[in-house]
Amino acid sequence: MEELGIQILKSAVSGLIMGLVFALVALGLTVIFGVMDIVNFAHGEFLMVGMYTTLLTSPLLGVDPVLTLPLAGLVGAVLGVMCYFGLIRFLLRGPMIAQLFGTFGLMIFLRNLALLFMGSEPRIVHEGWLVGKSILVGPGVVLESTKVAAAALSLISFAVVWWFINRTRVGKAITATSLDAEGARYMGISTEYMNALAWAVGGASVGVAGGLLVNFWPVEPGVGLLFTMIAFATVALGGFGSVRGALVAGILIGFIVNLPPVWDAILRSIDAAGLRGLEIHSFKYTMVYAVYFLIMVLRPQGLFGWKQ
Amino acid sequence: MLEVKGITVRYSGLPVMRDLSIKVAQNQTVGVVGANGAGKTTLLKAIMGAVKVAAGEVHFNGRRIDRLRTEEIVRLGLIYVPEGRRLFGPLSVEENLLLGAYTVGDEAAKQRNLEHVYELFPRLAERKKQAVGSMSGGEQQMAAIGRGLMSSPKLLMLDEPSLGLAPLMVSEVFETVRRLQAEGETTVLLVEQNVLEALELSDWAYVLQTGRIRDEGPAKDLLASDGVRRAFLGL
Ligand SMILES: Nc1ncnc2c1ncn2[C@@H]1O[C@H](COP(=O)(O)OP(=O)(O)O)[C@@H](O)[C@H]1O
Ligand SMILES: [Mg+2]
Repeated sequence: MEELGIQILKSAVSGLIMGLVFALVALGLTVIFGVMDIVNFAHGEFLMVGMYTTLLTSPLLGVDPVLTLPLAGLVGAVLGVMCYFGLIRFLLRGPMIAQLFGTFGLMIFLRNLALLFMGSEPRIVHEGWLVGKSILVGPGVVLESTKVAAAALSLISFAVVWWFINRTRVGKAITATSLDAEGARYMGISTEYMNALAWAVGGASVGVAGGLLVNFWPVEPGVGLLFTMIAFATVALGGFGSVRGALVAGILIGFIVNLPPVWDAILRSIDAAGLRGLEIHSFKYTMVYAVYFLIMVLRPQGLFGWKQ
Repeated sequence: MLEVKGITVRYSGLPVMRDLSIKVAQNQTVGVVGANGAGKTTLLKAIMGAVKVAAGEVHFNGRRIDRLRTEEIVRLGLIYVPEGRRLFGPLSVEENLLLGAYTVGDEAAKQRNLEHVYELFPRLAERKKQAVGSMSGGEQQMAAIGRGLMSSPKLLMLDEPSLGLAPLMVSEVFETVRRLQAEGETTVLLVEQNVLEALELSDWAYVLQTGRIRDEGPAKDLLASDGVRRAFLGL
């Protein structure tokens, strides 16, 4: 029983921490979707680029990985704007299906570009302020400080984007464009500029997320897919285009992903003979989608969504 | 001030407006009336650069604007209050109004305009924190007109502001136009199906039918003309 209690505490804490990182990853996707109704299949590859940025520039500049976060954000923003002007702008004229294949192609392209330059070897940050240090938060609950700091920095980044969108003049123009682009143009708000800005904000936030993630999650060219899938579920769950929804849904999914060890502990503590060897935690991403489907049935617009 | 010269507009190849011309002089209220589907909204959208002008020209204060983008036209002081209002529903009244002043760089001017709008529509001031989408149709129309005024436009184009409103609200909308006329800062182009009221308010008016001008003249004369009385006033 004691094992179970500790497991629950542990899962709750790591759920919250992972959830905040998931939320930051999903934030960029929801901002872009909200403004342009476009789903970016290459979102996880943006994350990968952010991860590599921190991995490579930290030794290059001789600074701690944490200090390269603004750079990862900048690279993400530039990448976002480049993708917008180089590809997305043209895709918008085509049918929905062209947009799907277009961003899917972008995903393959970025992934292979990474393979070409970085190789397939998984790599991680080995040295830094955050790496390999842990803090004791309770009896038997040890947290890697990397993850705690990543969660805190995620929250801060999230707050910055939230403030920008909800409290500044340009941010409100982004909101107006996502609500009614033509109506916003009648206010003198350039849709083109807002689109590019959404890609910049989206790219920056996912770039920062990547820079944080690589402190405790190895990067390789294919790392993006899992995070794209999680981000899609997060955005759909929170409501397409909703910033608040991304935060709540991100944390929710963090909990879901970290819940299975609790089940495993329950199974162990009741020593269910027939279930021995069944490891529920290997189904954790299946559970994410199970909850996602459930919410889609009950509330298709997501928890905080205004769009379908 | 505004001159539309022989414009043609096509929707997917089909012309809905052919060789249409209108003029609006400064400080004159001009009405455009016509039945549903006559092309009133199309005309205003063409002026705003929201639909493409296939032939002809549009000039505003001496500048040719038919090749400009909507947001550039807005910056010239030409404001369109769209049919159906197109407010940003989840945002508050004040946020909507401030978005109307998006092109206004001067903070003090913005505040002055906000006060002006609140003075014009005290009800908006009472509800400035309320989500605009949760207000009544009449209040929303005030918010839409107020938002249009937030950039101190030279020419304000109102597209069927009385559509779907309760009678009391309809007279309030037209009362607002009268106040704007009295203030004399903004020229108004008023598109209406509410022909009687619109013609009573206007100095000059055009009657639109299937994408063409069927009649034009001093509004009072049109009001008295047999054609208009028969077609629109059921007399
Ligand atoms: N987006 C569009 N695509 C095709 N036809 C349109 C479109 N908008 C309007 N029309 C057609 O153009 C004509 C003029 O419409 P509109 O300008 O909305 O008229 P009004 O504002 O006078 O009611 C109508 O026949 C309408 O069906
Ligand atoms: Mg119309």
